[in-house]
Amino acid sequence: MNSIAEIGHFALILAVGVALYQFAVPLMGAQRGDVAAMRAGISAALLQFVLIAISFAALTHAYVISDFSVLNVVENSHSAKPLLYRISGVWGNHEGSMLLWVLILALYGAAVAVFGGNLPLELRARVLAIQGSVGFAFLLFIVLASNPFIRVDPPPIEGNGLNPILQDPALAFHPPFLYAGYVGLSIAFAFAVAALIEGRVDAAWARWVRPWTLVAWMFLTVGIAMGSWWAYYELGWGGWWFWDPVENASFMPWLVATALIHSAIVVEKRNALKIWTVLLSILAFSLSLMGAFLVRSGVLTSVHAFAVDPQRGAFILMILCVFIGGSLSLFAWRAPQLKAGGLFAPVSREGSLVVNNLLLCVACLAVFVGTLYPLALETLTGEKISVGAPYFDLTFGPIILPLLLLVPFGAFLGWKRGDVGLALKRLWLALALALLVGVIVLALNVRGPWLAPVGMAIAAWLVFGAIADVAAKTGLFKAPLATSWQRLAGLPRSALGTAVAHAGLGILVAGVIAISLWRIEVIVALKPGETAAVGKYAVTFQGEGPLTGPNYTGRTGAFLLKQGDRELATLHSEKRIFKPSGMPTTEVGLYQTWHGDVYVVMGDETTGGARAMRMYYNPLVNFIWFGAAVMFLGGLLSISDRRYRVGAPRRAAGMQAAPAE
Amino acid sequence: MRKLAAMLVFLAAVSPCLALTPDEQLKDPGLEKRARAVSAQLRCLVCQNQSIDDSEAPLARDLRTLVREQITAGKTDAQVLDYIVDRYGQFVLLKPRLEPETLILWGTPFAVLLIAGAAMIVRRGRGEAAPERPLTDDEKRALERALQ
Repeated sequence: MNSIAEIGHFALILAVGVALYQFAVPLMGAQRGDVAAMRAGISAALLQFVLIAISFAALTHAYVISDFSVLNVVENSHSAKPLLYRISGVWGNHEGSMLLWVLILALYGAAVAVFGGNLPLELRARVLAIQGSVGFAFLLFIVLASNPFIRVDPPPIEGNGLNPILQDPALAFHPPFLYAGYVGLSIAFAFAVAALIEGRVDAAWARWVRPWTLVAWMFLTVGIAMGSWWAYYELGWGGWWFWDPVENASFMPWLVATALIHSAIVVEKRNALKIWTVLLSILAFSLSLMGAFLVRSGVLTSVHAFAVDPQRGAFILMILCVFIGGSLSLFAWRAPQLKAGGLFAPVSREGSLVVNNLLLCVACLAVFVGTLYPLALETLTGEKISVGAPYFDLTFGPIILPLLLLVPFGAFLGWKRGDVGLALKRLWLALALALLVGVIVLALNVRGPWLAPVGMAIAAWLVFGAIADVAAKTGLFKAPLATSWQRLAGLPRSALGTAVAHAGLGILVAGVIAISLWRIEVIVALKPGETAAVGKYAVTFQGEGPLTGPNYTGRTGAFLLKQGDRELATLHSEKRIFKPSGMPTTEVGLYQTWHGDVYVVMGDETTGGARAMRMYYNPLVNFIWFGAAVMFLGGLLSISDRRYRVGAPRRAAGMQAAPAE
Repeated sequence: MRKLAAMLVFLAAVSPCLALTPDEQLKDPGLEKRARAVSAQLRCLVCQNQSIDDSEAPLARDLRTLVREQITAGKTDAQVLDYIVDRYGQFVLLKPRLEPETLILWGTPFAVLLIAGAAMIVRRGRGEAAPERPLTDDEKRALERALQ
């Protein structure tokens, strides 16, 4: 027996106590004006992080050395598994994923403690206290109901292995990103609750909240994109988004976080929308918590629902009620004391941001209703219905479409009072180019659906609008190029970040429209040597052979990809059978180009020695993930903006550059 | 639920047939296209949120065959859907029909959009906002710090 797991277990139990201390002491200190007690939160947050990190490292160690005296390792690992998946196996199960959740929570808490030097002492104490309370609840849950350090005696020789579908690099590393996003929203939540306790929200508050929300939003963007990329090439259906409840659970916080980073700008610049922004902060984290509950409780079954255990579900539901119910009650009680901000004209930057918020929140509501209504209906009446992709296409689609149309306008409207004529004058070229794209698509796509030209024109409008935004701000095409370049360098990073993120959205929209409308699908039975045409490509099934991997066996098929007479590549599609479980998975043969992917899946044997094949040409599909990456870059630019760094008191100046990493 | 999951694994392991297979497809491309469109609206009853086209379960295969039989028999898309719903219930539809019990489902997003939009327009049209409160000394100091 290895004692390192015991150290981890002990550190975890200590962390429960430290979290309670981090909650109670700074909060009371802030109420009484006791500076020492307020400062105690800082060291408590750091200590909590160290303890949970030790605990997490101990569990990882148990996985790496395959310590089968730990029940969690037995249930979810196997000694023949590659090192990468032994490590990712740590969070590829219920208990370990909750430990990762609190680790990231503590990391954010420690980041506020370290980088929060520019916050007023009281605010920082309260924020850390709220963080501590969330940590306490989840640590208690882990220790009491979901402990990863439970031993088993005598230890078995071999473990059960990890769900083979989860043994994939993109999937292995998407949970840490997603969690960094979900949990990052806890900071906005903590700031909101602290503001409600203080009864004050001002421009400075918004400036402090926004970078944290941006960090969370960026991680969520990457996490969701990685998950969708994984679904695209691992599930073997060629789809990239399924409106699966678990996907929705991550998409809803993203939508609200997107609304939040926009509304916080209005608070910062115009001291308006304050109550709304506080509410959004609470809602964003509430949706994160709800996502954790939906996924972890087994209310929704899917690959993500590791353990179906009603007791755990009830515990998480209780945490949910305390935090969501508690914060909303506090909001109802204290929000009226937050003074409403200034009035503003409908046609103005802030007016457009209000419309942005309205549409994003209603889009989120559509996803929310679509995800939870079947559950509610079944509970209330016993009647079972399904809500799938067609519902979301019909509700989410029409709500989000006008928002996309308005994005470039908003950036061109001035604060306080915007001028539509002036905005149009600056945007006419982008508008003309977008219409041109629409007309070209219409001409090429004669009998296609109406959405094709409209969607592509909107995508082009977003991209050209973003370029026009930067061009207008730098005087491109008007001033000499050198001057424009200088102005570009001098442009606030957040303005540049906005344009980049909006352009990324346009790229993503182009990908979504293209793959939804122009995908080519070929389902055909092939014998070795036979060829099928996929669009302008020819795919020849060359034959198949046996396959042996570290923890699986199977068959691998080879496909020669040709365009005209030119040989492009040999693709391999595999059918794997994993050892401990005997569960089959499929590996896709993928040929990627900038304009689309050739996607080959080898199926089962059919009559006469042939195999069923599924082949696709997926046009512009990589624009989806490239667009998401560009949006991430936009967030990164925005967060590096000088105004989040200035204002830090002198003593902190040497310590760090950015408020959040 | 655990039983169901075990059953699913079992089903997938016993008959790992590919989702929609070539020999199921209809010869007539027009009819096949209709069959695909109808299939996209039907869910695999034993899977999570998959249309019958994407599902490997034998039950989904039965449904696919059923859809094609009905289409070949000359029924319209709506008649085929009705036929399937009669046999398997509303649960089989990925796009729930607009009925009294799904009114909330379909109506909520649009109703909220209308009400909130209207409320915003009405509020904008009336009155002045409260004059802004002057900064407190603390806030002034914080502002100075922030602007340094």
